Amino acid sequence: MPAADRPVDKPRPVYLNLFAIRQPLPAIVSILHRISGALLFVVGIPLLLWAVQRGLASPESYAAAVAPFTTPLGKVVLLVLAWCYLYHLLAGLRHLTLDLHVGIRLAPARSSAAIVLVLSVLLALIVAVRLW
Amino acid sequence: MVAGTDKLPVGAHYGLRDWLSQRVTAIVITLYTALILGIVLWHSGIDYATWKAVFSNGAFRVVTFLFMAALLWHAWVGVRNILMDYAKPAGVRLTLEIVVVCVLVAYGGWTIAVLWGQP
Repeated sequence: MPAADRPVDKPRPVYLNLFAIRQPLPAIVSILHRISGALLFVVGIPLLLWAVQRGLASPESYAAAVAPFTTPLGKVVLLVLAWCYLYHLLAGLRHLTLDLHVGIRLAPARSSAAIVLVLSVLLALIVAVRLW
Repeated sequence: MVAGTDKLPVGAHYGLRDWLSQRVTAIVITLYTALILGIVLWHSGIDYATWKAVFSNGAFRVVTFLFMAALLWHAWVGVRNILMDYAKPAGVRLTLEIVVVCVLVAYGGWTIAVLWGQP
């Protein structure tokens, strides 16, 4: 039906400022899933390929490939990427259980979102301890 | 299709394929991650000699190649999903998608060079 014939209900546009809305936990887990995935695509994969390639060439280049990751900046980069990978993996496993209709009600979905966040930070802490 | 609607399912029909391939590749990536973790724990750490020995195994190279194929496919579905949501003008989106495809193909070529191009 033409727009003019429609009854006027609530005034639009709806308030949709993403930075002013308090995001529910599953929404935060979802957007972090995307951000971590994008980072892994842009930085993670090329860095992985570079490290494996240099690491296989010779003992000297193996040492040269490991060296950058012993500096404070290198450790931070590695830690961020490790968190991205671990987080993305855990959030993905949560997605697979949701696909199997396990924990799709609001309360368990919120809990599993919290578990993904907490577990990814704990695993990243283990990585951090190993790095430093 | 949702019951009780008279809507006809239309479209290019790649939605289900993308959804399913995203999950199948995710499982492949998870299994390979477990394999790598197992190898590292088995050798209690990695140095150059073990690293080289692991990659000199032909079966490991093939498995690694399959993992990378799954990873690049997975990345394609994910990045395209992001572009579909945030890059609204069709021209911008198409351009970015072409860039992403080129990058993924380059990653794939690099993977083959790493696995079979070593002296």
